[in-house]
Amino acid sequence: MSFLQLFRHLSPRPGLALDGHKQVSTTRAVTTLAASRCNILYLPLQQHAGSKARLRIKAGERVLRGQCLTWIEPGVSVPVHAPTSGYVSAIEAHPVAHPSGLSDTCIVLEPDGLDEADPQGLVPLPDYTRLDETTLRCRICEAGIVGLGGAVFPAAIKLNVKPDIPIRQLIINGAECEPWITCDDMLMRTRADEILAGARIMLQVLANHAPDGKLTALIGIEDNKPEAIAAMQAALARLAHSAPHTFRVVPIPTRYPAGGEKQLIQQLTGQEVPSGGRPADIGMICHNVATARAIYRAVVLGEPLMSRYVTVTGDGVREPANFEVPVGMPVEELVRHAGGMLEPDCTLTMGGSMMGMALHSPQVPVVKATNCIQVQRPVPERQPTPPMPCIRCGRCAEACPMSLLPQQLYWHARARELEQAETCHLFDCIECGCCTHVCPSHIPLVSYYRFAKADIRSKRAARTLADQARTRHAFREERLERAKRERAEKLARHKAAVRQQSPDTDTASTATEAGTASTPDARQAAINAALERAKAKKAALAKAEPESGENA
Amino acid sequence: MLGILVVGALALAFGLLLGYAALRYKVEGDPVADHIDKLLPQTQCGQCTFPGCRPYAEAIAAGEADINQCPPGGEDTVKAIAELLGVEPKPVNAENGTTSDVPLVAVIDEQTCIGCTLCIKACPVDAIVGTNKRMHTVIESECTGCKLCLPPCPVDCIIMVPPAGTPANWKWPHPQQQVQNT
Repeated sequence: MSFLQLFRHLSPRPGLALDGHKQVSTTRAVTTLAASRCNILYLPLQQHAGSKARLRIKAGERVLRGQCLTWIEPGVSVPVHAPTSGYVSAIEAHPVAHPSGLSDTCIVLEPDGLDEADPQGLVPLPDYTRLDETTLRCRICEAGIVGLGGAVFPAAIKLNVKPDIPIRQLIINGAECEPWITCDDMLMRTRADEILAGARIMLQVLANHAPDGKLTALIGIEDNKPEAIAAMQAALARLAHSAPHTFRVVPIPTRYPAGGEKQLIQQLTGQEVPSGGRPADIGMICHNVATARAIYRAVVLGEPLMSRYVTVTGDGVREPANFEVPVGMPVEELVRHAGGMLEPDCTLTMGGSMMGMALHSPQVPVVKATNCIQVQRPVPERQPTPPMPCIRCGRCAEACPMSLLPQQLYWHARARELEQAETCHLFDCIECGCCTHVCPSHIPLVSYYRFAKADIRSKRAARTLADQARTRHAFREERLERAKRERAEKLARHKAAVRQQSPDTDTASTATEAGTASTPDARQAAINAALERAKAKKAALAKAEPESGENA
Repeated sequence: MLGILVVGALALAFGLLLGYAALRYKVEGDPVADHIDKLLPQTQCGQCTFPGCRPYAEAIAAGEADINQCPPGGEDTVKAIAELLGVEPKPVNAENGTTSDVPLVAVIDEQTCIGCTLCIKACPVDAIVGTNKRMHTVIESECTGCKLCLPPCPVDCIIMVPPAGTPANWKWPHPQQQVQNT
């Protein structure tokens, strides 16, 4: 054992051992909520990381189940689909799940209860083993599939690996380390076969990238979910006779944030994703179990991503359980399905207790990113404690799963020393909240990192805009210059043409046109001629006027 | 004598070498001005008294202008230029205008606009669209907030407003500021 390894063993383990509160919502069976029975659905255009989708329908139109409501934008984007048939009553700003509490553009869909499927929807591709990588990736994109673990990054782009990058391992993330959330646990218990089928499709997509045709899949599940592990292993046993690939279910120790992509990879393979890098850099691709299931349904059943498993939990809800919820259902309605709130002033949080965000309105719809709705009683222990000065205890550094220096980052972020914060690997922070959780001074450390990251990003965006403005300004200058030059050239051409046409017949016009080239005598003659003409005209007018007067 | 010859020959050789290098690796334009231009906000507003960001950058590079004449860039820009040139940063010169905390964009009141095209001619980044006797409008994403379209407007129908707050352009506030605000 090397000194470094010894040191690692002796030093405190990063991460936290938290009370999971998982049993609260795992005792009841999963209920599927039909989209057609909803009163109203709000479908935000931005449910994924990347550029906002562009509408392809208008208010007042009737849409069908599975109909694609937005265009697939180039770049990082996926479409939004209608979860059921109905009428688009409006396209307007509606509260969405966002830390700012601001509203965003949503398609307001009033279901008509018929749940009529779109005949032009996605065609099922049950024989996917014959399909090539591109077709499968296109399907995954068309079906609007994003990473359902919470990052909502388009899955097709994550599966689009550069040809020169070898991929040796597919990692299916079933860790679900955050307290209160159990949707992946219940999904593994009830849909293990679908998850494995989805994983096999992903292996098919990545098959060409395996350097020697060997591609293994590891399914990492925290050991506090024995039922899920058993279900996945049972599904694996059923698959064993037909699967040429090697799958393995690996129970991992329960320790927050074991479900972080980089933490899970390190736990499963012992390899570390380099700073600023991606798992593909070390030959790995990591996807969530729910994403795998969505991929299965999109490819084999031709069903776009229109619903997902959501946990409704907390001590403020009557019957905490998991639901398969159509995207767009207002949180208020979902909570009603779980028996409703115990007290009217319960707080609503989307996500777990570590990384979740408070909801500003119960009208916020469930989106592709929604894994959990917490309904908590407003007890004084949950109220934020006013922060006190940092005492430099260093507990945050011990807890940080990314081995960063949270305290150093805090000083820099607080003083707006963004460059220094970046040199301290600010962008490697996964915002898991471990440092904030252990801080004895109750400093909202993650808020500082979020601020610093946002500030750096906005400065970069401003830089891009400035470059754009420079290009536009340069183009305008050039255009004005060109217009001026062209005008001058046209004038010169015109002059030349006139001169050629009448070199000596009309001396007056030549003299005036040629301007500086003519002699003073010629100019004088031209002036005299013009005066003569004006006099003649006046005389003619004077003659004409009395006549017209007589006529009148 | 020999020493003089050797040194003379060496001097000639190196002189030729340097002369050749100066021609061979000639740098087009002014690299210092380029670097300064990259730091400027490119609003092309002319508040620095120069007709655009590039001329101002060239003037700084030539030592004809001070580094603190750019109000839209604010303190950050002054600091960045100071760091680049190795001089002491100083506060933005109030004579050149005031620094705005929030970026503003021009908005044309489309009811009042008479379609005179004067603002279109004034816009340094072609961010206004419209034609004679037709309504004009500002492309928000391209507007640099330079305010150059305000004076030419004969009916004063252009106003400067902060862009609408959306989840896309919202950013996390400084936690201490947040506490003060609440």
